[in-house]
Amino acid sequence: MLRGVSLRLGDGATALLGPSGAGKSTLLRLLNRLADPDSGRILFRGEDIRALDPRELRRRACLVPQLPAPLPGSAADNVRFGPSLVGRDVSVERSLELAGLSRSYADRDASRLSVGEQQRVMLARALALEPEVLLLDEPTSALDEDAREGVERTLADLVARTGVSMVVVTHDRGQASRLASRIVELAGGRLADGPAGVAAP
Amino acid sequence: MIAAVHLSLGEVVAALALVAVAAAVSIWRRADLERDLGIAVVRSFVQLTAVGYVIQAIFDSDSLWLVAALLAVMVAFGSLTARGRARAVPGATWPIVIALSVAGLVTLGLVIALGIFPARARYLVPVGGMVIGNAMTAAAVALNRLADEISSGVLRIEATLALGATAREAARGAVTRSLRSGMITLIDSTKTTGVVFFPGTMVGMLLAGARPLDAVRLQLILLWSLLGSVALSSVIATSLGYRGFFTAAHQLRER
Repeated sequence: MLRGVSLRLGDGATALLGPSGAGKSTLLRLLNRLADPDSGRILFRGEDIRALDPRELRRRACLVPQLPAPLPGSAADNVRFGPSLVGRDVSVERSLELAGLSRSYADRDASRLSVGEQQRVMLARALALEPEVLLLDEPTSALDEDAREGVERTLADLVARTGVSMVVVTHDRGQASRLASRIVELAGGRLADGPAGVAAP
Repeated sequence: MIAAVHLSLGEVVAALALVAVAAAVSIWRRADLERDLGIAVVRSFVQLTAVGYVIQAIFDSDSLWLVAALLAVMVAFGSLTARGRARAVPGATWPIVIALSVAGLVTLGLVIALGIFPARARYLVPVGGMVIGNAMTAAAVALNRLADEISSGVLRIEATLALGATAREAARGAVTRSLRSGMITLIDSTKTTGVVFFPGTMVGMLLAGARPLDAVRLQLILLWSLLGSVALSSVIATSLGYRGFFTAAHQLRER
């Protein structure tokens, strides 16, 4: 799927841009070890990610999947789930608010929300882990135009407000340039644009 | 407590008349089942006769070692059968073997310890056979369901793993639903027993000339014991079996 990809992702927002089948989502899944590469290494803050506890890695570099997959229960249950695994308490309101949802959503059944709202719950529950990096897989592909703009604004605000880094997978060049200060292009499982650029750490 | 009945081969052969009815239906409606029917008749005769002699020999010797050996063979064949039915579960062999063994040992152990049956071949062989047979079906059904649950739940499971959950935490819902499906069949048939159908043991005892209340009591003992063994088998098979779908790094294995 991916071959000869050598890449350094800096802090801030990076977009992985490319057509479907380019290997963008695969690369994202390698970054939090939902899958492992057949060969090669991935370092996170200088450490081989295979040396880290995969659960700890996933809390530090948290993936928001392309399609919403809420856990059974309310939006608040979804937000609390990740932190509860490590015995951490969390402000549900703040997580929801960062994801662009008012506190009135807390008690609503997550599975009954609209796709756009569910997508924001997915974002909120990732933010509840206070990750260093958000891995966003096509965050707006399931949304209509209005909802897409709203989510983009939320994501841009997030970077400004929390300083979280982002890796955004998208097939939309416009979205890539709106959301990210750096764009990495993939095509056919390889880097499309020249040598692996070095971004700010 | 059971009045023994003796049946001659002639009476057994007479029952073939009903097989002839089945064959006639198959030929008449071109169901093309005559061959299978023939194989079924021959196999059932050969297998049951062979088992009959084996059990007779074990009863005659009344050796608990021979009982244990026979039950081990049942566990082995039961595991192979269940493994074949749960082919979609990676590495299911050991979970199944452990499930059937524990279900058999614990159920028989309790039945003896509680003084329900004496520790004699005459009781351990038939009860053990029922226990292991039901445990096998339950394990196969539960694991089959587990494979379905996991393949249909990939999105949610991976999304849960992505939040830092362990494989066990991510599979919990799937494991619970599989456990339920392993247990529910026997629970449902236990609910309707005696109303919708007469269970086999009771039928056998009535035919053998036992008093209906004795037949009912034995049937209740067996049904209730089976509920325990089916629960044990399902819970062990699913809580060990889910691991086959994951790697040590809490990743869903690629299929």
